[in-house]
Amino acid sequence: MAAGRTVPTFTVPMLAAWLVFATVPLWIERVGLYQYLGVEILIWATYALAFNLVLGHSGLPSFGHGAFFGLGAYAFGLAQFNLMPNLWLCLAVAMLAAAAGGALVALFISHRRGIYYALMTIAFGQVFWFIAIKAHGTTGGEDGLLKIARLPADVGLAAFDLKDNVALYYFVLVVFVAVSLLLWRLTHSPFGRVLKAIKQNETRARFVGYDVWRYKAAALVVSAGLSGLAGGLFAMAQASAFPDVMSLHYSGYVVMMTLVGGGLVSFWGPVIGAVTFFLARDVIGALTTAWMLWFGLVFVALVLFKPEGIAGLFQGVGSREQRNAGPRPASTPRPQPR
Amino acid sequence: MALFEARELHLRFADRVVLENVSLAFEAGRLSGIMGPNGAGKTTCFNVLTGRYKPDRGQVLLEGRDITGRSPQAIARMGVARSFQVMSLFDEFTVFENVAIALPQLRARGPDPIGQAYGDPGLVADAHDVLEKVGLADRADELAKALPYGARRALEIAVALAAKPKLLFLDEPTAGLGSDGRVRLADLVRKLKGALTIVIIEHDMQFLFSLADEISVIHWGQVIARGTPAELKANPWVKASNLGRLN
Repeated sequence: MAAGRTVPTFTVPMLAAWLVFATVPLWIERVGLYQYLGVEILIWATYALAFNLVLGHSGLPSFGHGAFFGLGAYAFGLAQFNLMPNLWLCLAVAMLAAAAGGALVALFISHRRGIYYALMTIAFGQVFWFIAIKAHGTTGGEDGLLKIARLPADVGLAAFDLKDNVALYYFVLVVFVAVSLLLWRLTHSPFGRVLKAIKQNETRARFVGYDVWRYKAAALVVSAGLSGLAGGLFAMAQASAFPDVMSLHYSGYVVMMTLVGGGLVSFWGPVIGAVTFFLARDVIGALTTAWMLWFGLVFVALVLFKPEGIAGLFQGVGSREQRNAGPRPASTPRPQPR
Repeated sequence: MALFEARELHLRFADRVVLENVSLAFEAGRLSGIMGPNGAGKTTCFNVLTGRYKPDRGQVLLEGRDITGRSPQAIARMGVARSFQVMSLFDEFTVFENVAIALPQLRARGPDPIGQAYGDPGLVADAHDVLEKVGLADRADELAKALPYGARRALEIAVALAAKPKLLFLDEPTAGLGSDGRVRLADLVRKLKGALTIVIIEHDMQFLFSLADEISVIHWGQVIARGTPAELKANPWVKASNLGRLN
């Protein structure tokens, strides 16, 4: 009888990263930054992790993902105004609306791959963006959906007020931890390994019996749903929802974060990318308004010289096993203890 | 009744007829060969039989059941596996994972988004058995892309075998192999023969004639001769063609 090889639910570096994030409100102002930046970073890190399920784990170049983030933001606000001002309900609606948007897009593009897939996602992203601008009566058009409240987190016995940025930060941290745990589990599950197989060789995956279309569609739906969840948090954080986040250049931000951070080689790459992006915006942005020019140059340099991104820099000094992330199977069957 | 049958297959790409009235039958437990010159339509024929292309006319039958035009994944799930002439592996996976991902038990659990992919000791043992069969058990933890060419060819067959097929199509398995590699591959195919129904497309006539129970010759998209290796060696057309030069 052989021993199976399992992947832990969480790892020590994961726990360490969460602990570091948990300390951020204690020191962020002392280093000249501000509490809201932490909120923004965690929301976008959650979004980037969700996005990387399609780009990094499934090899599907979705360049219009802002549509799902934006759908979540609008759905959060609209649910709050039209259904019930309940945090859990509004976040669930944000997630479901974005997942439904993802399902609609997946229906049309899951038979495509590579550049055709990318172009179709851009096209759909533009459609959603355009609708958000034109549907003035629903979305507020270019003025956006304003006065979205930071709803309290009611957990039955107690309700936590999230109006303060520190409280919101810890709430977003809980969501971030939950999403990262879920995605970690998912990428190491049979579903995740099939996605990885499809990324490497779609034809072979089909010929060993996998319905590639369904897997690609499911990956987009899950990723869109979680992006929508991040979008809902973003609407709550900035108390509004604007069409900007659905635009092509905002969609480009999450691609940039994922690639700069090293999402193609590391589960945590998108998080590193989100942190880098916002620090660059605020730190370089304090020196020059052309911060994006400098960040863009870093992006170009990384793509040219280290396409594995920042995470790839660290993996370069690791062992071969570390470089090849993923569950390492047992090479030989081992006797089970009696 | 043959395990697998193709009846009067026709396929045309634009104005070019690539398969014309092709009928083939593969008996259970036998090793059948398909030979023919470059561009004869052999791989296209495999692609029709395994669902990659839908024929314009004709029928494909597995155990008497019409599977014409079914998708590759549907045909694979019915127990038909194939290897590819141009190596088609999961290069970033280890040797083990290449095989494990093709095992029916992992395929059945494919939609599971939470469970452990390789937590089942039975799955690990099955993958190991397949690797043992093709001589790659001691390289299970190496990345597929890091293997030497001959080992990659063996892994290509292992991925097909992992699906536990009733019928195995091998598309030019000796392509790119040196003489040692060909000998090793012939030994492997000989081991599999009998336990499985195997169909091989092959350019290497020595290899094919030494292994096959019967061979069909395809040329210009048609089956122009069929028989045992001995019958084909005596066939005047085969003798007159390049295909007959077997020393």
